[in-house]
Amino acid sequence: MTHRIIDATLMLLARVIGNVVSTQKDQRYEGGRILVVQPINPDGTKAGDELLALDSVDAGVGDTVVVVREGWSASTASTGEAGAAIDSAIVGVVDAIEVE
Amino acid sequence: MQLARVIGTVVATVKNDLLNGRKLLVIQPLDGRLNECGSPMVAIDSVGAGKGEVVFWCRGKEASFPFMPVEVPTDCTIIGIVDSVFIDSISQ
Repeated sequence: MTHRIIDATLMLLARVIGNVVSTQKDQRYEGGRILVVQPINPDGTKAGDELLALDSVDAGVGDTVVVVREGWSASTASTGEAGAAIDSAIVGVVDAIEVE
Repeated sequence: MQLARVIGTVVATVKNDLLNGRKLLVIQPLDGRLNECGSPMVAIDSVGAGKGEVVFWCRGKEASFPFMPVEVPTDCTIIGIVDSVFIDSISQ
């Protein structure tokens, strides 16, 4: 089995399906919400394995979201400052997707 | 970031000086339901994780940030130990 998701570095659509609780973690994660997201295609079908992303927009379970997968942007969006060990962040809650 | 289980350790005597004192672990990536996905890989520990624990890890350049200002040569670092994972079965 290959890492379809880990190889992808572009923004992707995903559905929030849960969250992770962690006490012992990098200090820059303090106060952040670590959500489990399922990458999806525009039609809602699953597109690869779940990943974790830090929330920056108060997304909740069931929401369709946009996940950025570049460290600098993810860190800035979720903690307000670059330079944290964060590689994925939720940067938007999707209202609607329209595909021709 | 992604979930993983620590399944072993790596011992390397000869290594980059900046890796001295760092713990090298073998991790098996997991999906949201803690099923194995993908191949095991080597990760550097930054939180005191041990064998058998479920952790989450960061990939890429950001993986070296927990050790700043030392620029540890890593692209896979364990950055948290997981207490619990909640998955909502309805929203899948």
